[in-house]
Amino acid sequence: MIGIGRRGLLGGTTALLAAPAILHAQPAGAVKIGVVAVQTGPQAALGNQLKEGFALGLKHLDGKLGGLTAETVLIDDELKPDVAVTKVRAALERDKVDFIVGVVFSNILQAIMRPVTESGTFLISTNAGPSTFAGRGCNPFFFTTSYNNDQVHSVMGQAAQDNGYRRVFVMVPNYQAGRDAVAGFKSKFRGEVVDEVYVPLTQLDFSAELAKIAAARPDAIFTFMPGGLGVNLVRQYRQAGLAGIPFLSTFTVDEATLPAQGDAALGFYSAASWAPNMDNPQNTRFVNDYVAAHNAVPATYAAQAYDAAMLLDSAIRRVNGNLAGKDALRAAIRAADFRSVRGPFAFGVNHYPVQDFWLLKVGRRADGKLETQTDRKVFTNAVDPWAAECRMR
Amino acid sequence: MTTQLLLVQALNGLQLGILLFLVAAGLTLVFGVMDFINLAHGVQYMLGAYLGASLAAATGSFWWGLVLALPAALAAGLVLEVLVFRHLYARDHLAQVLATFGVILFLNEGVKVLWGAAPLQVAVPPLLEGGIEIMPGLQYPLYRVAVLAAGVVTAGGLWWLVERTRAGMLVRAGATNAAMVSALGVDINRLFTLVFAFGAMLAGFAGVLAGPIFSVEPGMGDNVLILAFVVIVIGGIGSIRGAFVAALLVGLIDILGKSLMPDLMRLFLDASAARQAGAALASMLVYVAMAAILAFRPAGLFPVRAG
Repeated sequence: MIGIGRRGLLGGTTALLAAPAILHAQPAGAVKIGVVAVQTGPQAALGNQLKEGFALGLKHLDGKLGGLTAETVLIDDELKPDVAVTKVRAALERDKVDFIVGVVFSNILQAIMRPVTESGTFLISTNAGPSTFAGRGCNPFFFTTSYNNDQVHSVMGQAAQDNGYRRVFVMVPNYQAGRDAVAGFKSKFRGEVVDEVYVPLTQLDFSAELAKIAAARPDAIFTFMPGGLGVNLVRQYRQAGLAGIPFLSTFTVDEATLPAQGDAALGFYSAASWAPNMDNPQNTRFVNDYVAAHNAVPATYAAQAYDAAMLLDSAIRRVNGNLAGKDALRAAIRAADFRSVRGPFAFGVNHYPVQDFWLLKVGRRADGKLETQTDRKVFTNAVDPWAAECRMR
Repeated sequence: MTTQLLLVQALNGLQLGILLFLVAAGLTLVFGVMDFINLAHGVQYMLGAYLGASLAAATGSFWWGLVLALPAALAAGLVLEVLVFRHLYARDHLAQVLATFGVILFLNEGVKVLWGAAPLQVAVPPLLEGGIEIMPGLQYPLYRVAVLAAGVVTAGGLWWLVERTRAGMLVRAGATNAAMVSALGVDINRLFTLVFAFGAMLAGFAGVLAGPIFSVEPGMGDNVLILAFVVIVIGGIGSIRGAFVAALLVGLIDILGKSLMPDLMRLFLDASAARQAGAALASMLVYVAMAAILAFRPAGLFPVRAG
């Protein structure tokens, strides 16, 4: 880091003053993790999944990461960037956490990125994967166990293309992530987009849009309606008798919203790099234990956080518990020497995963609960589209 | 856009209007009669939805859930009135806004502690499953027809209650001049408590009905509350008739705006800009209409207060 600004100088001074404290921060053989998970507001359900996924990972590792006794500090970002920064700073400076893990939403990640990485602490995002940090903005102290957001939408575009759909109706909320979803979908879909409808984030009733869809008679619809928006849309779509038109979606039908969507979501499509029904020993153990503990099927938020625990375990073991040597630690994380619940997993040059992406379909488990199930693989070992712009060595 | 689609959209607008009316009716009574700004009306709607959802789950029947949720919502309203709101009637509007906003925060977190943050599912009652085909490929759900009917019946019942009964006469008198009604020997505080509890029950009723259509989740009342305020301001505060007309108006403006605006903008802009500008304009339209109506009729369409 060449250009040391005022912030850098101040930070350096604080670090010097705090140095003796850091030496005695953790008792020998211990590691402290700050888990950033939203616990306030309607999106807390997602934060809970994240928190419980990570906790289950630690439980399976007997409370240890790479032989060190792990202690977690829960940070509720309240979905407010300024609050997140304050609390994360406190975790770094007062609690002396060794890693920051978590973050559901991209805007929170954007806010805490500099405070965390400039303090020389590794930040492992378990969900938010904005393209900002995948290309030129890639960072040696940042890793993500999820995906680049753009990839997920493009999976759906490719799937629509492969299914031979020629006319697709697109509907998303009118904000940046919604427009990104449309761009991602169109990057792979070559057919005609009959209409693009942008709805307000506060939308309750979709009847006007549903009438438009019925009038347009598309081959399929593509939508991105996170959280409660998706619950409303899926149920009203089914009630309006439109379910005959394939429902392609991203972040709209998942295990966090399925309990509320119920049977209305059966047969609807989603895209992800993991699904609860993936058949490998580590995933079976993860899903079964999660269901047993919470009486609910885990979603990607939990799975990717579980993977983050396994990733840290492997990395800390690789450096024999020596957390001070940052370069060695980085190489150890980069190696990703753990068994992911999604099967093959590796990091690309920009520290984003190189992984397979699947078309998922909502189905019923043996116990009657709903889950997304793998339908077919759409991309194999996909590298995210921004990786080439990352200059990290 | 075909005439058929336009008619379907008009029906959708009326539907949204009726749902808004159910929420706004209680709000306009409380605001109009007691001159009390109750921001917590939205969370009472949410509470009704949650009570309906869990009582329906417990009894296995949506109808039992509905029947039991009404007294429960009424009781919750009474508790809130006694604990919080009663102490605010004599205060100014700012104090009321602050205190009732506090109730929003408290109850939004409260339902999360009790029911969890994930949205709940309420199934459509088997009796009202299915729908009527109103255009090729589009079903109009029977349940929504029932909600329409329930809204119209509620509106009629309220009108009768307010215009044709002794209790209604007192309510109207209280809305016009509370001090005079009190001076004439009516226990105005008891009247206020009753009106408030009744308003809470109406909000709860709307919440239970909304359960099978909308997602039952913490904060679900917040968006509805804003629209409900728009409705009562347009309609004239305290007027049931005004709330009914304004709710239908807001529903129609919102839905028709959403379905026509993007096409309208295409006359001036290219397709992609028109879609986004149209969507943005459509979501503003309700508020623009409110401003326009207030410019010509500052007290709303059907003003209650004489002075």
